[in-house]
Amino acid sequence: MRTLSTPTPLERFIVEQRQQKDILLMSHTVLSYPSFQDNYCAIDALVKAGVELIELQFPFSEAIADGSLLLNANQSAIQTGTTIKDCLCFASEITQQYRQTQFIIMTYYNVVYHYGVKQFVQTAANSGITGLIIPDLPPEEAKTYVVTCNYHGIATIFLCTPNNSPKRLQRIAESTSGMIYCTARKGVTGHETQFSTEFNRYVESVRTSVQLPIGVGFGIQSQAAVSQLKGQVDIAIIGTQAVKLYVEQGVAALEVFMRNLRTG
Amino acid sequence: MVISSSIGAIASLFPEGVNATPQLLSQKGYYGEFGGRFTPEILHETLEAVTAAYQAARQDQAFWSEFTALLSNYSGRPTPLTYAEGLTRYLGGAKIFIKREDLNHTGSHKLNNGLGQMLLAKRMGKTRVIAETGAGQHGVATATLAAKFGLRCTIYMGAIDVERQYSNVFWMRKLGAEVVPVSSGTQTLKDAMNEALRDWSTHMDTTHYVIGTACGPHPFPEMVAWFQSVIGLEARSQILQQAGTLPAAVYACVGGGSNAIGIFSGFLDDTSVQLVGVEAGGLGINTPHHASRLAASDASVGIAQGYKTYFLQNQDGQMQDTHSVAAGLDYIGVSPLLAHLTQTDRINVKAATDTEVLEACQLCMSQEGLIPALESAHAFVQAFKDAPHYSSSDCIVINQSGRGDKDIFTIANAFGDTEWKAFLNNQVSSFQS
Repeated sequence: MRTLSTPTPLERFIVEQRQQKDILLMSHTVLSYPSFQDNYCAIDALVKAGVELIELQFPFSEAIADGSLLLNANQSAIQTGTTIKDCLCFASEITQQYRQTQFIIMTYYNVVYHYGVKQFVQTAANSGITGLIIPDLPPEEAKTYVVTCNYHGIATIFLCTPNNSPKRLQRIAESTSGMIYCTARKGVTGHETQFSTEFNRYVESVRTSVQLPIGVGFGIQSQAAVSQLKGQVDIAIIGTQAVKLYVEQGVAALEVFMRNLRTG
Repeated sequence: MVISSSIGAIASLFPEGVNATPQLLSQKGYYGEFGGRFTPEILHETLEAVTAAYQAARQDQAFWSEFTALLSNYSGRPTPLTYAEGLTRYLGGAKIFIKREDLNHTGSHKLNNGLGQMLLAKRMGKTRVIAETGAGQHGVATATLAAKFGLRCTIYMGAIDVERQYSNVFWMRKLGAEVVPVSSGTQTLKDAMNEALRDWSTHMDTTHYVIGTACGPHPFPEMVAWFQSVIGLEARSQILQQAGTLPAAVYACVGGGSNAIGIFSGFLDDTSVQLVGVEAGGLGINTPHHASRLAASDASVGIAQGYKTYFLQNQDGQMQDTHSVAAGLDYIGVSPLLAHLTQTDRINVKAATDTEVLEACQLCMSQEGLIPALESAHAFVQAFKDAPHYSSSDCIVINQSGRGDKDIFTIANAFGDTEWKAFLNNQVSSFQS
């Protein structure tokens, strides 16, 4: 049974935006990669391109859910001496600057655990963050985290996968608020996804078990992919591709790419 | 009762095919506050399936019989417990007995766990296995078993470890395994483990991940401890038969913790037996260059690589560089079982420096004609410090988890042997002419 009776601010935002748009976009930056200044530029481009939700990844040395691009980004970030405090400061500033955009912290559980779960969530809430994604924290281990986030109105965005049974989806749904993050395929971030009829069945299964907005990520790299998702889900999540584009082709290319994703 | 090497003798030590020590069983994956399962959702069903298969195997006498039969016929178990008369005389205290895991096939205790998991993988219908490896021992054991059982095999190894342990890489490839150097992070064991977890996240339908030590997400610490418990069960039987008494203390080196929990498991309920783990003290636990998680005060509780335990990490929770002359102990985390047993004071954990390790290794060779691996030599360091303080009516047991002659490049290098270097130079010259 869901303990949360009222929707989080994140969920309200998504629902309201979806009344005007047939799909929303969520994207990704790895904080201090290549630098905090670059993060400002990239985020500016994303916002100008109309991206509604942005993940701020706090780097961690053992990023087991990430493919080589984001993994290397995490490691570069740490090597520059970036601290979690630096990341929290950045989060605080960026939410002030772009008040129409939803900022979500994505990181691995050790970062949160080491900071202190309650302190981390409180600080995130005070910084204007509206959601958290922690890919190595399963619902079974998340009791304190979920209670604390619920208290602060911060969305607990859990992941679900094509391998999940309906019973498992329900268990995940019980701990999830704001939106649910459906990974489009097996594996880790960064490799392109091929959609199939199985994917449609999977989305249907999620919709039956979860009464929350649905975001789909992992391997979303093109306008064609986003087009396919319209009408099926609420949010297309483009993570690795955004980071890659910025680093390889620069801020203008990133803005154009993101803007074009929904014009198909 | 004479311990013969017949299948019947080993199987009869283990009633109903199930290890009787409840202390090795987790509480839903936890040992006190340590353990758990902190993995991306994509691995949820896979880990549930492995847990179910492992629990079914535990109840299946046929599984245990097949396991022990192979341990006997393929690997020569039980391994002897050797009375080290030379070392005992030299140190002048307790009688010293050495458990000879070095005599296992592939030269270390790694095969015990590898074999158990390989049988499980086959039961689950898997056609491929993957593994992480640091020193290369677990990699070689896995590649060996994959060849024997006809499974495809990929071994992940940190790029730095590939360089320093190339002789093991040679064997893995000769045995038919694919060896993938991992260049992310510190390019050592933890990074290899991360890469193996990523591979498993994609290929779980065909693939079982054979974790090589008593770490990782549940059920691995519990399962690895179960397979390695053959060491402790044999050792306890053997010491009673040979010395007529339980040992005052049992010593084992501690990297991930599998050989330690393996031998300690035989004695957990014997409160008179001190259980002493010895970690990699590297250049000294007062320096930043070591891999001591339980003995030193640098480590703190955290979550990485799928489990909660003591890790060497900084104030933000970023994992630190570790160091040891022994690659097999050079790891950021430690078995949640051992973390819990340390917290409850059932085991005592010490550290040995690189210098002490080489001295102990030399002493073993000159006084007893035994060649321990550098990892195992850590256990000997503490045992040699303690032995003189016991009386001659006491006995102690040291787990020689691996043999050193397979590590000739590492050991000759560690000793800075100038003649060996000259030999290598000549070899290289001969290739160039």
